[in-house]
Amino acid sequence: MTAATTSVRPIFEPQLARRKLRGTIFFGVCVAAIGLTLLTLLVLLVDIFTRGVPWLSADFLTGVPSRIPSRAGLLPALVGTIQMGLITGIVTFPLGIGAAIYLEEYAPEGRLTSILRTNISNLAGVPSIIYGIFGLALFVRALSLGYTLLAGALTLSLLILPVVIISSMEAIRAIPDSQREAAYALGASRWQMVRGAILPAAGPGILTGIILAMARAIGETAPLILIGAVTFVTYLPHPLEGGYTVLPIQIFSWISRPQDDFQAIAAAAIIVLLTALFILNALALVLRARLSAHVRW
Amino acid sequence: MTAASRALTRRTPLREQGIELILFLAAAIGVLTTVGIILALIFETIEFFREISLLEYLTGTVWSASIQPYAWGIIPLLVSTLMVATIALIVAIPLGLLGAVYLAEYASNRTRTVIKPLLELIAGVPTIVLGFFAINFLSPEILQRVVPGIGGFSALAGGIVVGILVTPLIASLSEDAMRAVPRALHEGAFAMGATKWEVVRKIALPAALSGIMAAVILAMSRAVGETMAVVLAAGTNPNLTFDPRESVQTMTAFIVQISLGDTPQQSIQFKALFAVGATLFLITLVLNLLSNRVVAKFRNAYE
Repeated sequence: MTAATTSVRPIFEPQLARRKLRGTIFFGVCVAAIGLTLLTLLVLLVDIFTRGVPWLSADFLTGVPSRIPSRAGLLPALVGTIQMGLITGIVTFPLGIGAAIYLEEYAPEGRLTSILRTNISNLAGVPSIIYGIFGLALFVRALSLGYTLLAGALTLSLLILPVVIISSMEAIRAIPDSQREAAYALGASRWQMVRGAILPAAGPGILTGIILAMARAIGETAPLILIGAVTFVTYLPHPLEGGYTVLPIQIFSWISRPQDDFQAIAAAAIIVLLTALFILNALALVLRARLSAHVRW
Repeated sequence: MTAASRALTRRTPLREQGIELILFLAAAIGVLTTVGIILALIFETIEFFREISLLEYLTGTVWSASIQPYAWGIIPLLVSTLMVATIALIVAIPLGLLGAVYLAEYASNRTRTVIKPLLELIAGVPTIVLGFFAINFLSPEILQRVVPGIGGFSALAGGIVVGILVTPLIASLSEDAMRAVPRALHEGAFAMGATKWEVVRKIALPAALSGIMAAVILAMSRAVGETMAVVLAAGTNPNLTFDPRESVQTMTAFIVQISLGDTPQQSIQFKALFAVGATLFLITLVLNLLSNRVVAKFRNAYE
């Protein structure tokens, strides 16, 4: 036995060392890949903050755009983004939940349902700029809303609807059937079951999904360029009247100017946008943790 | 159906039926959106092809929408789009895939709970921010120092930022695919004396291959449809070139360029916007369907 082991050793050990070395190198490469990806994020944030922070001030947040960088402000874009986010959220909320409830709790298994499902996952893959073209044709022209903030918000609602439906469906699917059966056993109708058992339990998950989708909506630029978001607006937007702007559009217009100072205020505006996204994301996290603490199965 | 349950069904109150109808309508909005997108694209596209022959559009090698003589050959836009998307994949496949291997096979649960949200953070950065990063940092500070003869706008810069953008997508989907491989396959290989690296290379990666391919195809689709980062990084110069150092115009960049100008709605440029949009929609649709098919195939493998 001992003899056999010793005779094998000289053949395998040199190989094993090399095989393990290769493994170590590969592990190093994997760590480097993750490191490089995260480093890019860090460099991006550091670059934007070092450029933008000196320009952040109360005047910047409450002022209106100007041809002179040092006088330029962000208020119309900020108000536009808040209005846009709220309208998009309010429109998407009932539609997204309704669609998800139908697909998870009502839809009979069959061709129609499977078409509805496949279609939603395909919609999630349509480029955002295509939604812009659709919004231009439907809301701006066919429904005569014109180039307004409302038309933009409705376009963004359609854009995030598939994402909201998919995340809401996942939240509803996570509820065990015992909850449904318990509701039925108490004599609930289907809607009473949905309202009393499904919605309270799936609520945190659904809400989290909607807030994250809203975060995506307020960061969108491309579709709104087609819905006539204007780059130089010195007044506060009205949802139904033309001439509005939002943070990403304002940032785009400042980036498009060659002067360094405009790049710097673009960076400052990006910090404001990222802060808004951060707040929404944090809100989603807190909401999920808070509300789901009550649900135990 | 028993008599009793039929009686119950028949007695379903009007209210319940009304609610079901409302919920169905909400679900149907998705289908209406798809139909709407297709109709919106088709009408103006047909108008476009009344004036420009399909053959000229598909085979023309010159695209000139703003400078006369106008020319409507899609090939320069198509080549630029594919070049940017290819560069993006060259960046994102190694980064995303190796990252996925690390997360799925090496990282402890604790490390993963730190790294995954950070990757999601990258995925959540608005693309306009990456465009800013491209023209203010990537191009002047890195590319123009390393790559000779590169301009302020280049397909390379566009491809790299789009690559950064889709890396989290590839990483996350590939990680899911690798985690779906049954642990028994790993254990079997370890029992045969394989090292960790051999298990990853010969078991985990091949077994997850179709899932990884689906992720790559989806990333390609995202890269083709990406707009703001590309407009800012690659420019709006519709020349036919295979040189990644040059400024190019992708299909999405053309749509943005036309939308920014005061283009009259009856003009040929405005109709071209829809024709290019329809082309873009078709390309991404084919890629998405392809990705779905690969995923469907992959699901059957271990269930």
